[in-house]
Amino acid sequence: MRAAGVLKRAGLVVALPAVLLVVWWFSSAGSTSFYAPPLSKILGTFAETWTVERLRADVLPSLLRLAAGYAVAVLVGVALGVLVGSIRTVRATLEPVLEFFRAIPPPVLVPIIMLFAGIENTMKIVVIAAGCVWPILLNTVEGVRATDEVLSDTARSYGLTGPARLRHLVLPAASPQIAAGMRQALSIGIILMVISEMFAASNGLGFTIVQFQRTFAIPQMWTGILLLGLLGFALSVLFRFVEMRALAWYHGLRQAQRSS
Amino acid sequence: MLDVQGLRKVYDGRQRQVEAVRDLTFTIDDGDLVCLVGPSGCGKTTLLKCMAGLLPPTSGEVRLRGRPVTGPPPGMAVVFQEYGRSLFPWMSVRDNVELPLRQKRIARGKRRELVDEALAAVGLADTHNAYPWQLSGGMQQRVAIARAVAYQPDVLLMDEPFAAVDAQTRADLEDLIRQLWQRLGVTILFVTHDIDEAVYLGQRVLILSSSPTVVQESLRIDLPDTRDQLHTRAEPRFTQLRGHVYEQIQAAKRGQRPPAQAGRP
Amino acid sequence: MTAVDNTPVGAGSAGPDRGTSAPSHRAAPTRRRRPPTALLGVAGLVGLLVLVQILPSTPLVSSRYLPPATEILAALVELLGDGAFWSALGDTLTGWAIGLAVAVTAGIVLGVLIGSVPALRAVTASTIEFLRPIPSVALIPLAVLLYGTGLESTLLLVVYAAFWQVLVQVLYGVQDVDPVADETARSYGLGRWARIRHVIWPTSLPYVMTGVRLAAAVALVLAITAELVIGAPGLGNRIAVAQTSGAVDLMYALVVVTGLLGVGINLIARAVERRALSWHQSMRGEVIV
Repeated sequence: MRAAGVLKRAGLVVALPAVLLVVWWFSSAGSTSFYAPPLSKILGTFAETWTVERLRADVLPSLLRLAAGYAVAVLVGVALGVLVGSIRTVRATLEPVLEFFRAIPPPVLVPIIMLFAGIENTMKIVVIAAGCVWPILLNTVEGVRATDEVLSDTARSYGLTGPARLRHLVLPAASPQIAAGMRQALSIGIILMVISEMFAASNGLGFTIVQFQRTFAIPQMWTGILLLGLLGFALSVLFRFVEMRALAWYHGLRQAQRSS
Repeated sequence: MLDVQGLRKVYDGRQRQVEAVRDLTFTIDDGDLVCLVGPSGCGKTTLLKCMAGLLPPTSGEVRLRGRPVTGPPPGMAVVFQEYGRSLFPWMSVRDNVELPLRQKRIARGKRRELVDEALAAVGLADTHNAYPWQLSGGMQQRVAIARAVAYQPDVLLMDEPFAAVDAQTRADLEDLIRQLWQRLGVTILFVTHDIDEAVYLGQRVLILSSSPTVVQESLRIDLPDTRDQLHTRAEPRFTQLRGHVYEQIQAAKRGQRPPAQAGRP
Repeated sequence: MTAVDNTPVGAGSAGPDRGTSAPSHRAAPTRRRRPPTALLGVAGLVGLLVLVQILPSTPLVSSRYLPPATEILAALVELLGDGAFWSALGDTLTGWAIGLAVAVTAGIVLGVLIGSVPALRAVTASTIEFLRPIPSVALIPLAVLLYGTGLESTLLLVVYAAFWQVLVQVLYGVQDVDPVADETARSYGLGRWARIRHVIWPTSLPYVMTGVRLAAAVALVLAITAELVIGAPGLGNRIAVAQTSGAVDLMYALVVVTGLLGVGINLIARAVERRALSWHQSMRGEVIV
């Protein structure tokens, strides 16, 4: 019976995508449109376009830049966020300023940072970090500020101060909020990764796709778009997987609250 | 052991100042189990927080073993009413109980021992690896009590700890407190709004007036040391004491102040 | 680093001030009045301006990269008098508004539809989870090919990105409907459409509002992105032009405008959300978004 259950679930997952793919395949099969080649052609070109060499030369640098920028954003965002969130006066003073910076559409940072940092790797990493830091920072501030009062009193009464308080109370309590910020930051990071490369780069996924588009290598362009989509999906799944494990306690807690 | 002198707390509101606690003076000796009762809004929680060092009083003093309390002192443990919010949800039961001990820099072996003992003492010997939110309300409060007990405090402060549990669980927990008190000899200050509970548990009951609060009366409970839910509550003396406390609280609510009393224990 | 908040906690100490609350010989120590939040916020903004004014004159930052605040403000004022600026602003807002409207409508309709039919929800779940994280920038080359630098390029990006924000929130909302309420409605003979109107929609309204707020922010980002990268008409385009032509103060002035635009949209969206929720009893737990 369990096998039947698993099959059913697998079926549900695959059903609609399979149908859509089939529809796409057949409706584009006889396509002579320049911009929308048949799906069969796109898939066929996929393997020859994205060889291991190309993956290493173009996709890997993109991912590494994303990882570096994201990591910087997390470190800076959480550290500053804890600081700002814990001190009432600092928070009140900085809040409007931070909200203003957060409201600036991240891609706008690209031309600005290009002024300072040129067009090399540094620029892209800085751009990604500069765009990703805001949701992380602001969510950390909010998470730290909203530390439960009873929990805080309990911690204080048991002599939990300083770094121990940070480690055992403040950060864990804020972690669901921080995780939400990190998720938003991830989408922003991917967008900035692509855009910074479309603007000025010599390698990278975004750069390659734009090259295809400029040289009218349409099927290849489509494969690039597909790859980018797959990448976005894969990173999202990875994030969710890690988050589920790290915040297992939080999900358990929410579930217990919901069912009561 | 615990000495409160002239405690006064004024809250600075936007429009006006609110004098929550006017003058609280009393002493609790080593090994006492004292209950604090009063009409709602009489500042019981304020008092408890001042005593625990979580809230600075406007004037007056709290002394623990002769030393003034300016911040949470190491010799005190607090059990709050909201058990769901006082246990760390990201830690297992064992880790929750162990955390204050790690702060006290107790060696790992000794910590383990204390944790095991405390959890066994509250009847939760086999929930070590569970998470607080997986347990029922009564069990969660037991964990909070175990945490306080493992900490080996001089004084245990309890702020209406059983107000949020169902009646049956409350009865069990009340008995648990008396057990622990008798076994471990820890000094307990138990704040409650439940008159029956106060009389059942305490050796002494401090009745508070309404806000601005003073000690309305200090009542000695001369019930036998071994108490149980069924028989003790049926005793005529229990009913008498209970009635007296009730009258005093009603008087307090009507605004009748006690005759000027200075530091009557 | 403990921020002790001395607000009265559940002391319920709202007792009437007895006449004798005049300070006794044990007078309360005078407490420093904490500066109000709004004042601090303004101070922060002023501080930022001061910083931007001073930094370019230090060797840390060249004034070629970051002109002093006064120059930026001057450029900003100049902009306000420039007709081309206002038309660019109009273009951005047009793309934003139309894209948002389409996304919200589609999101609500599809969300309610999918959400209320469990079979549909089960079948579409995987597709939604796959399509949702696809970065909308992936569509940029496509947009360029299909629509060039026209408004439609912007709309393609905006609608695609904003739609998912709305859809996801609406799905949460529909899922949050109290099954008891739904059963009750059904037992009173309300058909599917009536139930949607009277049970599902009111419950999901808070979520819809959240979705609209998030979508509004995302829509602005994508609108500007499309203009910046593709060259569709609007503020983003002007920023790119200013940057390549070296008009740095103009570029910063435009960036400030987009920031203010973002803040404005966010404030309005939150205000609308609050109004819609003020009479609506929201039963959900905190949805951290």
